[in-house]
Amino acid sequence: MSKQLSCEHVSLGYEGIIVTKNLNFSVSSGDYLCIVGENGSGKSTLIKALLQLKTPISGKITLGDGLRQKEIGYLPQQTIVQKDFPASVQEIVLSGCLNRCGLRPFYSRAEKILAHKNMRKLGICNLQKECYRFLSGGQQQRVLLARALCATQKMLLLDEPVTGLDPKAAAEMYELVAKINREDGITVIMVSHDISAAVRYATHILHLGQEPLFFGTTEDYLKSDIGRAFTKAAGGDTHE
Amino acid sequence: MSELFETLFFYFSYPFVRYALLVGVLIALCSSLLGVTLVLKRFSFIGDGLSHVAFGAIAIASVMNLTNEMLIVLPVTVVSAILLLMTGQNTKIKGDAAVALISVGSLALGYLLMNLFSASANVSGDVCSTLFGSTSILTLSLTDVWLCVAMSVLVMGVFLLFYHKIFSVTFDETFASATGVKASFYNLMIAVITAMIIVLAMNLVGSLLISALIICPALSAMRIFRSFRGVILSSAVISVVCAAVGILISVLFSTPVGSTIVAANIVVFLIFWILGQVTGRAKA
Repeated sequence: MSKQLSCEHVSLGYEGIIVTKNLNFSVSSGDYLCIVGENGSGKSTLIKALLQLKTPISGKITLGDGLRQKEIGYLPQQTIVQKDFPASVQEIVLSGCLNRCGLRPFYSRAEKILAHKNMRKLGICNLQKECYRFLSGGQQQRVLLARALCATQKMLLLDEPVTGLDPKAAAEMYELVAKINREDGITVIMVSHDISAAVRYATHILHLGQEPLFFGTTEDYLKSDIGRAFTKAAGGDTHE
Repeated sequence: MSELFETLFFYFSYPFVRYALLVGVLIALCSSLLGVTLVLKRFSFIGDGLSHVAFGAIAIASVMNLTNEMLIVLPVTVVSAILLLMTGQNTKIKGDAAVALISVGSLALGYLLMNLFSASANVSGDVCSTLFGSTSILTLSLTDVWLCVAMSVLVMGVFLLFYHKIFSVTFDETFASATGVKASFYNLMIAVITAMIIVLAMNLVGSLLISALIICPALSAMRIFRSFRGVILSSAVISVVCAAVGILISVLFSTPVGSTIVAANIVVFLIFWILGQVTGRAKA
């Protein structure tokens, strides 16, 4: 399998303070990688670096297998601005197609069809005229996931996608992501607090700390000391 | 009633009344388009801050006895807009505090300068008309009108061409830049246009009331409409209607132009707010 993304000796930080150093890992097409670790272990910083919104202090991140930077479908954490934003579901999902537009000011027919296809895939077709701010948390996440799918055919990058969702909505979200990974072969990289869901769905685990504590397959993670300690502490609890 | 129309026709035979109406409507249109983005980006007070900066710049220009004050006012305001809008979350002094600091600072300095060095006999009159809008909308020359038309066309053109990008940057800046939209460039563009509109709109409503022109139509529209496009279109319509009605009323009843337009906007906001409550569209 070809490597879509690899990190070599990457150190990350902000304002000169190194948060995490000497990261080495790679992701191949079709993988499901979960990035876990405590608060402040550099998970969000790593996401920003993978999206090239932030340059690493040292080391390098390379993309391969024909994956281009702006083709990573990103599902960010919600901001306060979005909570009362007057926009219809359709408008938001379509905005995921912007990276195909270039300088063209309007969306083409093909892009509208793509947006529609992704809304159908996530079961939000009936909501397309609805206002984003009146949707439930789970529905809002589906909208943002549909937008991310419009932006990519290869890789999804999810930043704590179940934060603030009730257990049922969270479980549905995990199933959706797993299904997209399985059926469409889209690589998934997910940052999560939820260790038990991580070991259930992911094929690979990256455990961040001051130094990278673990990278490997989920199977090996469960056998490792750190993996055992963490899964035991989480106690099979499905939400963070 | 017919008497009223006769008076209106009488006034409209003067070109300066027609100019005022045209310029007023154009400025209202432009400011409402940007207003939606600014309100949603939590920059409602940017108009206030920038107009105070422009006030300070006007004070400097008049002290220096410049005939064309635009030469100073426009660049100074544009630079301040860029500084305020670009800094975003990463500064030591946060957005709202920075706006407050710059706005009161330049207001105070401007008034100080005008008092110390002004050649005019009526300083407080000058200050009052700069703050609350003067009759200058009724004394526009043809050049002013063309300048305003050109700027409005520019603003609307930019808005139309980059509509989807502006939406994306407003809704989710991180996602936008992750998918290759140059968010900082569009923020810069929004900052520059905001500054231009504020300098233009100062003629109309004065620097204290400018915020109303920017935020009121957007807020009214958001009470009722649920899509971004709906909000943009309706706030443009609201703003144009309010400006036109305000100017007509002020011509007929000799009320101050700026405050009449703002009053019209407030009335519309109340109506839309009540409508939103009644129809239940404003839940959450």
